[in-house]
Amino acid sequence: MSTNPPDDNATEESVKLKESGKVKEIVAVTIGDDKAQETVRKALAVGADRGIHVKSDTYIEPLGIAKILKKVVEKEKPDMVFFGKQAIDDDCNQTGQMLAAMLNWPQATFSSKVTLKDKSMEIVREIDEGLETVEVNLPAVVTCDLRLNEPRYASLPNIMKAKKKPIDQMIAKDLGVDITNRVQQLKVEEPPKRKAGIKVANVAELVSKLKNEAKVI
Amino acid sequence: MSVLLIAEHNNKNLKPFTLNAISAASKIDAEVHVLVAGSGCESVAKEVAAVPLVKKVLHCDSPNYQNYLPENLAPLVTKNADKYDHIVASANTFGKNFMPRVAAALDTSQVSDIIKVNSPDTFVRPIYAGNAFATVKSNDKKRCVTIRPTSFEPAPKTGGSAQVDKVDAADIPNFSKFVKREETKSERPELGTARIVVSGGRGLESGENFKLINDIADKLNAAVGASRAAVDAGYISNDHQVGQTGKVVVPDLYIAVGISGAIQHLAGMKESKIIVAINKDGEAPIFSIADYGLEADLFKALPEFLSELNKLNTIQK
Ligand SMILES: Cc1cc2nc3c(=O)[nH]c(=O)nc-3n(C[C@H](O)[C@H](O)[C@H](O)COP(=O)(O)OP(=O)(O)OC[C@H]3O[C@@H](n4cnc5c(N)ncnc54)[C@H](O)[C@@H]3O)c2cc1C
Repeated sequence: MSTNPPDDNATEESVKLKESGKVKEIVAVTIGDDKAQETVRKALAVGADRGIHVKSDTYIEPLGIAKILKKVVEKEKPDMVFFGKQAIDDDCNQTGQMLAAMLNWPQATFSSKVTLKDKSMEIVREIDEGLETVEVNLPAVVTCDLRLNEPRYASLPNIMKAKKKPIDQMIAKDLGVDITNRVQQLKVEEPPKRKAGIKVANVAELVSKLKNEAKVI
Repeated sequence: MSVLLIAEHNNKNLKPFTLNAISAASKIDAEVHVLVAGSGCESVAKEVAAVPLVKKVLHCDSPNYQNYLPENLAPLVTKNADKYDHIVASANTFGKNFMPRVAAALDTSQVSDIIKVNSPDTFVRPIYAGNAFATVKSNDKKRCVTIRPTSFEPAPKTGGSAQVDKVDAADIPNFSKFVKREETKSERPELGTARIVVSGGRGLESGENFKLINDIADKLNAAVGASRAAVDAGYISNDHQVGQTGKVVVPDLYIAVGISGAIQHLAGMKESKIIVAINKDGEAPIFSIADYGLEADLFKALPEFLSELNKLNTIQK
């Protein structure tokens, strides 16, 4: 099981904050079947201190995931929760924002720069128009863009050490939250295929095709 | 019942994607109401009221909404959600930011980034970077839906005269603050809505070399796009990125220069009407989806392209 790429940026950012002395402890959390634990191990190998695996053998929607994480947050009481900005399989782009709303916390999404201050964070966010800077009070939720940092690789000794770090297990359906899925997948289809194109010999032919055949210029 | 759509604007003008979202919303239910929340945004409320597909405008004017902070905007939407079956916004960085907060507050499972409305509860959305289309049915009573704007035609802008109702501001939590926005200013058309897009990738080798792309774009009245690799390398700013984690574009003509064609890039442009690839590697995956492929060194091909374009008597604008 591999970690969703921007979630690696989330781990990296928390490790950097810890290295700068501003963060005391990092807890890595995953929700999923037993194989999902590997993603927690990976986070432990790059610097997280301990892990939590909330076990579920069935798919849970972002809304349910956020409810489970709310339980975890209420128990652990962190100052910051870092997420990847989106899952690269279903591209929902919801969980971090939902958790923030449920906790009544502020959020900074699509973050490409994080500056931790005394009781707040100043965050540069990537938006459609360019960049936006916001300041959010702690505690807060941050969702990370791939450009936030360069995730490190775990060294072999750290992978070995990570095996000794504790991972607590919880069972999703025992947490007392409603995680029934509300969205039903009726079918999955392949998108229509593009018809094969041609290679042109030179620039003159390209321009002529665009002008006279495709009629787009 | 009816649909509540959240308008995106800059307090002066409506952002064009809202028109695409309005046309999508009208396919869910003909009774489309639009919330215009902002500060000194009366002109926007008027603009929306003139859109024939809009049946009512809810106008909330308050400094709280000047910069559409999601922490402030979401409670306002939630407060006005009672009468609606659907809450709708564009699936861009505006809608993606606040809508999940609304969905969480309403205990609704959001349906993100739809490309088709089959019925009021059934939608089609791309998954796996656009390599599959999932048809999904929402069993929630109230549904929060974000719309991929480029998959719907923009609604006509004039001829309507919807009623404009003032609504009161909601309480705000006061735990987040807008600091600044650095918008990339450009004379060129917007990337998301441009008829032609010329994009550069790592093959450009530097920011200076993007001049070659810019010159072609100016000649064609096109927007400039980029691959993630080009943005990561600092050749060009993030708002130009096309792809799964950037913008989705569907122009009449997409020209990919020095871009290999990774699936994450294709996710943002493969619905374009005509695709041109210029790449020196004949095996580059981008050629497999290009209508016209030119295997050439871009540093030679782009100046030639410009001079060929200069020879044309007319160029469509
Ligand atoms: C989670 C995730 C999300 C991602 N999201 C995105 C996204 O949104 N958008 C995106 O674009 N990528 C995204 N990527 C990155 C993607 O996987 C590719 O790495 C990226 O698209 C490659 O960019 P490129 O084609 O410019 O560079 P390369 O793959 O390095 O290709 C450069 C191309 O230029 C050609 N070239 C070089 N010199 C010349 C020359 N002189 N003349 C002509 N051709 C030349 C080469 O033949 C090559 O094909 C994502 C990756 C991940 C893991």
